[in-house]
Amino acid sequence: MSEDVLTIFERSRAGRRAFVPPPTDVPEVPVEELLPASAIRRRPAELPEVSEPEIVRHYTTLSAKNFHLDEGFYPLGSCTMKHNPKLHERVAALPGHARLHPLQDPEHAQGALELMWRLQDALGEIAGLPHVSLQPSAGSQGELTGLLLTRAYHEDRGEERRKVLTPDTAHGTNPATVTMAGYEVVKVGTSADGGVDLDDLREKATDDVACLMLTNPNTLGLFDRNIEEITRTVSDAGATLYYDGANLNAVMGVVRPGDTGFDIVHFNLHKTFTQPHGGGGPGAGPIACSARIAPFLPVPQVVRRRGENGSEPYFDLDFDRPKSIGRLRGFQGNFGVFVRSYAYIRSLGADGLKDVSQVAVLNANYLKARLAELSEYLPVAFDRTCMHEFVLSGRGAREKLGVRTLDIAKRMLDHTVHPPTVYFPLLVDEALMIEPTETETKERLDHFAAVVKEIVEEAKEDPEVLKSAPHTTPVRRLDEAGAAKRPVVRWRPDAENPGDPGRAERDAASGTGAM
Amino acid sequence: MAEASYPEDLKYHSEHDWARVDGDQATFGITWYAQDALGEVVFFDPPEVGAQITKDQAYAEVESVKAVSDVFAPLSGEIVEVNEELAESPEKINQDPYGEGWMVRVRLSDASEIDSLLDADAYQELLQTGS
Amino acid sequence: MSRYTGVTDQDLREMLDAIGVGSLDDLFADVPEGVRLDHPIDLPDGQSEQEVHDHLASLAARNLHCDEEVSFLGAGMYDHYVPALIDTLLQRSEFLTPYTPYQPEISQGGLQVMFEFQTAISELTGLPVSNASVYEGPSALAAAGYLAKLETGRSRLVVSRGVHPHSRAALRTHAAGYGMEVVETPLNPEGATDSEALEEAVDEDTAAVFVQQPNFLGTVEELGEVVEAGKTTGAMLVCAADPLPLGVLRPPGEFGVDVCVGEGQTLGNRLDYGGPSFGFFAADQRFIRKLPGRIAGETRDVDGRRGFVLTLQTREQHIRREKATHNICTAQALNALAGVVYLSWLGKRGLVELAELMLRRTHYAREALGLKPINPGPVVREFAVRAPDLDALFERARAEGINPGFRLAREYPEYQEGLLVAITERRTREQIDRLAAVVASVRREPAAAGAAPEGGRE
Repeated sequence: MSEDVLTIFERSRAGRRAFVPPPTDVPEVPVEELLPASAIRRRPAELPEVSEPEIVRHYTTLSAKNFHLDEGFYPLGSCTMKHNPKLHERVAALPGHARLHPLQDPEHAQGALELMWRLQDALGEIAGLPHVSLQPSAGSQGELTGLLLTRAYHEDRGEERRKVLTPDTAHGTNPATVTMAGYEVVKVGTSADGGVDLDDLREKATDDVACLMLTNPNTLGLFDRNIEEITRTVSDAGATLYYDGANLNAVMGVVRPGDTGFDIVHFNLHKTFTQPHGGGGPGAGPIACSARIAPFLPVPQVVRRRGENGSEPYFDLDFDRPKSIGRLRGFQGNFGVFVRSYAYIRSLGADGLKDVSQVAVLNANYLKARLAELSEYLPVAFDRTCMHEFVLSGRGAREKLGVRTLDIAKRMLDHTVHPPTVYFPLLVDEALMIEPTETETKERLDHFAAVVKEIVEEAKEDPEVLKSAPHTTPVRRLDEAGAAKRPVVRWRPDAENPGDPGRAERDAASGTGAM
Repeated sequence: MAEASYPEDLKYHSEHDWARVDGDQATFGITWYAQDALGEVVFFDPPEVGAQITKDQAYAEVESVKAVSDVFAPLSGEIVEVNEELAESPEKINQDPYGEGWMVRVRLSDASEIDSLLDADAYQELLQTGS
Repeated sequence: MSRYTGVTDQDLREMLDAIGVGSLDDLFADVPEGVRLDHPIDLPDGQSEQEVHDHLASLAARNLHCDEEVSFLGAGMYDHYVPALIDTLLQRSEFLTPYTPYQPEISQGGLQVMFEFQTAISELTGLPVSNASVYEGPSALAAAGYLAKLETGRSRLVVSRGVHPHSRAALRTHAAGYGMEVVETPLNPEGATDSEALEEAVDEDTAAVFVQQPNFLGTVEELGEVVEAGKTTGAMLVCAADPLPLGVLRPPGEFGVDVCVGEGQTLGNRLDYGGPSFGFFAADQRFIRKLPGRIAGETRDVDGRRGFVLTLQTREQHIRREKATHNICTAQALNALAGVVYLSWLGKRGLVELAELMLRRTHYAREALGLKPINPGPVVREFAVRAPDLDALFERARAEGINPGFRLAREYPEYQEGLLVAITERRTREQIDRLAAVVASVRREPAAAGAAPEGGRE
C-alpha cells in the first residue's frame, strides 16, 4: 500500500508514545478500589501509539492533499469563500478568550460579554432587526431556532399552524429544518424571471401557514424585486417571515432584511463574517428578530444592565425570560467564532461592509460578463443582473460537446481552482453556481474565466480528457457507489492490513481479538 | 448498463414503474428510464412482507449516490415476497431492471386497476413527450 | 477599497464597462428604492489592524481566565492541557480555510481526518459507527432524540436528572419542535440515576432513554442496571459520555446502548468561553443509514488507489431535504481534527494513564476537602459536596487565586450549598491542598464581617 495513504492507526507501533503524563502526586490507589468491577474498562481503546514527530508528519502530509482558500480561487456558490484575515487567529488565541471558562462569573467575564453584546448590536444594525441571539451553532441551527420561535409566537397567540412555505430553489437545510420543527413543507414556485411566483404564493399563503422561509438574493443569485409584496402577502396571512442570511454578502449597507418585512434573520458567521470554514466548521448562526418575536428568544441573553448607584453599566447573562423557547445548545454559543467576526466588523466599519457587498456584486457580474462568451455551452440560467453569485447551466455543453457539469468541475481540479457548487439549485439543469466573493482581484477573475474557456476548448477537442479528469490530483475519481453500497466508516485491522504487525501476533498469543 | 428497453408483455405506470401480472399476483419494479435517471443504485430498502401497498402511492425508496427516488405502486395489494438479492446487489436494478432487478411481488386486491396502466407503446410515448 | 478587496479605479472602469453598466449603483437596480438604505449603517468606523488588535486585547484583558486562577470549575467544560502540536496543525491553512469536502479528489486530507476521527470515537465509545462531528454535547443529545423519533415513531423521551442541565434543556427545546414529550427522572440519595424510577417512567410510547456517564455530579453510574431498566419496552438507550474518563470506564457500547454522544471540548479543544468545540455521535451498526451529519467512507479511485469520500449522503439535507435525518450542514470539522490529533497524542496507553490520574486525584480531592459528599459513591473527574458557607468559601478562595468550582444550586435547587469540584490533570496535589486549606479556614472561621466585593452574584 502506498506509504502516504496509511491512517494514523496503521502507523501505530506498540510502545511508542507522544504523551508523557505529569507525575502521580497522589496515592496510587488501585483502580479496583475506586470503581466497581462492572464499571472498569478491561480492553483499552485501540488508539494509535505514535511519537510526536510521526503525528506531526502524518497530519502535515494529509494537509498537503487539501486544496484550500489561501492557495486558490474557491467560487463555491452559497458558501461565501472569502479571505480569512490573519489577525483573527491572533485575537482568538488571546488567553483572555481562549482560556476563559464558559461558566466564569459574569463579573469576571466582562470583556467576553461586552464583545458579544457589541456583536449583537452590530448584527442587529446590519439586519435592521434589533433583538439578537448569538447562540445557534451554525446556519442550520439558526434556521431551527427561527422556526421554534415561530412556533412559540403562534402558540402564544393561541393559533396552531402547520405549514411552512419555502421556494423550490431553497437550500436543502430549509426543508430539513421545517420537518425537524414539526411543520409540513409547502413549495412555492419560481417565475420565469427567477423570483418567487407571486400567484403561487398568494394561493398558498393561507391561514394555516406559520412562516415563509426565504433568502434574498435567492440561490439563483437574483434579488427579488417583489420582496415587499411577498412579505406583505405572507404577513397579511398572519405568518412570520424568516430570512435565510446565507446570501447576506450581497446586501450589507445596501438594504436590510428587516426593512423589507422580515421578522427573523439568521447570519452565517462562517460565510459573510469570515470565520474560516475549517474543512466543514466550526461556524455560528446567530439570529436577529423583530419586537414581536423577541420574547421567545433563547436563553441566556447577553444584556447590558445599568450600574447601581451611578457605577458603570455592566454586561450580564439574562436567564429571566419566561416566554423563551429555552436553549438550543450548551453555554453561550461559539464564542471563538464571535471573536473573529467581531474583529472583522470592527476592521471594516459601515463603509467597509458596504464595500464588501458592492464589490461582491461587482465581481459576480463581471465574471458573469466574462463567461458570456461561452454561453453556447454554459448559458446563464437567468439573463439579468445578478447579485453576489450567478448560476450557469451546463446543458449546452452536454448537448453539443457530450460533457456534463460534473466533468467540467473535475477538470477544473487539474487547473488548481475549486469548482463552483454543482447540481444546485435543482431548478437549473446541470447547474454551476458561482460565487467569486469580494476578496478576489480582477486578475483572479480573468484567470478563472480563462480556465473555463480552456476547458471548453478541451472538450471540443477531446471530451475524454474531461470525462476522465482529474488527472493531477492526489487521487482520481473515486468509487462513491461502492462506498455507499458497502460503507466502511472506520479503520479495522484485518489479515491484509493489521496495522501494527507486532500487534496481530500478540493478539493471537493472548486470545484478545480486536473489535 | 442494459440498453433502453420496454418489454411488450409488461404494464407501465407514469411514475416509471412496471408491473408483470400473473393471475391474481403481480411483480413490480422500476423501468429502464427510472434506473438510468437515478444512476448506479446503491441501496434499496424493501417494505415488509405482509404490508399493504396502494396504487399510485410510494411503497419504498431507491437510492443512488446523489439521489433518492420514491418507488410507486402500479397496483394495490399485499406484499407476498420481496427480492432479498437486492440487499447485497442493488446494482441488479440497473443491470436487469425487468428481470433480476424485480422489487416486490404482491397479491392484487383489485384487478380492475390494471386497466389504468399503460402498455409499452403508450409509456414510451409518455417518455418522448417529457414526463 | 479595503485591505481585503482590491478594486482600483481602473479596475472599476474596466469591469463596469465589461458588464455594460455605468455605475455600481446600477447593479443594485433590482433593490426597490423604498427600502434602499440612504445612510450608512450605524456602526463605528472601520479601524486599522493595529487598532482592532488593541481593542480586542483590551476586552480580553477584562476576563479572568484559567491561566490567571487555579480553576476547579467544570460542569461540562474543563481546563485540560492542550499540546502545542495541535496549535501548529490547526493553523495550517490547508485545514483552516477549505470548506466541506464536496470534491473528494482535492480533499483527501480532510476526508482521511474524518475517517480517523470516526475510528477513534468508535474505539472510545465501543460502538461500531460514528459520524464526523455534530456541534457540541447538548445538540448531540437532541439529535439522538430526533433519531429515536424517526426510528421508533414513538413520542416520549425519558431523561435522567443526572444528564447535564444544558443537554436536558436543549432536548426539551428541540423536542418541542419535533413533537415529543420529555419526562425527567430523579437521582437517588447517592446522586446516581434512580433505576427504579427510570423503569417506572418508561412506557410503550417511550422512544429513547437518556443517561450520562459519569453523570453531572461526577457519579459513576451503574450502566448495566440503567440499560436494563431503560430497555424494558424497546426504547432506544442513549448514553452521553465524557470522553476522557472512558480511559478507565467501561465504554457504553459494551453495555448495549444504542447511541453514545458527548461533548468533545476536552479532546484537544480550547475553553473559548464555551465554543466552538464538537459533539460526537456514535451508534450501533443498524443506525448507520439514520445517523445525522457527515460520514467519511473508505473506497478506491479509478486507478485502485485508496481514498476517502463523504458517503451515505442520501441521509443528508442537501439530497433528502425534508426527509433528511437532520438539517446539519456546517459541523465542527476543525475541532474534530483537534480531537483526533489529541487522541493520537495521548495514544492507547496515555488515555489510560490520564484517566487513572484523574480518577486518583478526584478521590484524593474529595477526601482532602473533607466536606460532606452529595454523591458518596464512586466518582471520576468531578464530585459534589455540601459547603456550609459557600459565599465565604468563594470569597476566600478567590483571594488566593482559586476558583473553587460550580455552585450546584444554580441548576439543582435540591442541592443548596452544593459545590461541584472538577479535577483534571492540571489540578496538582499542591493546588488541591491549597483549596482544602481554604475550605478548612472557612470551617474554622465562618464568614467574617465586611466581606470583600468578590463573588456572590450567581
